[in-house]
Amino acid sequence: MAEDCCATNGNVMILACAGGSNVGQLSNQAAVELTQEGFGKIFCLAGVGGHLSGFVQSARDVPQMVAIDGCSVGCVKAILEHAEVPLKQYLVLTDLGIEKNKNFNLARADVEKVKTAVKASTGGSAANGQPSGKTSSGSCCNC
Amino acid sequence: MEIKVLGPGCPKCQKTEKIVKEVVSELGVSAKIVKVTDTMEIAKHGVFGTPAVVVDGEVKSVGKIPSADEIKSWIQK
Repeated sequence: MAEDCCATNGNVMILACAGGSNVGQLSNQAAVELTQEGFGKIFCLAGVGGHLSGFVQSARDVPQMVAIDGCSVGCVKAILEHAEVPLKQYLVLTDLGIEKNKNFNLARADVEKVKTAVKASTGGSAANGQPSGKTSSGSCCNC
Repeated sequence: MEIKVLGPGCPKCQKTEKIVKEVVSELGVSAKIVKVTDTMEIAKHGVFGTPAVVVDGEVKSVGKIPSADEIKSWIQK
């Protein structure tokens, strides 16, 4: 097994608010697609919010993280602060010009806009140049 | 005290286990060291990556090889 097989290096942790609005669900959809594309790996914000040690410590120790809030209420940011997890890359989707509403028929263009913003926030791509290549099904531990 | 080292068997996981054993031996504490290699068992701890170290049910480190001093601080608390 390769030495870096299970390391978190190069695997961007993606935390999405997944809240009850279009922007909340956009954050989740983008996180899912970026995970499927091997850019990073969606992680359980609920576990961090529940102060479960595995989730909290993972968020503290991961080298690269993008936190995505749908709107300026900032629930993801608040959860991370409450769990004493340092905020790294951070996006608010309404700041991208996406209006918050209750229309859950997500526009493809908005999903792509969010994905592009997430990638840009990490300097273009994961691991300084290349996607991690490890999808959720391909990593050593599907946590 | 129970110390779990989570990892499927990569060199970093093996190194972590080795350091944990050395620290426990050095401190002379009574601790059960368990190596967890089963992916589903690892996943139950909610960790993003491995190696990870769990002391008495609390995850202390994820995705890196902890230093001996870090491990000592977890054991001596």
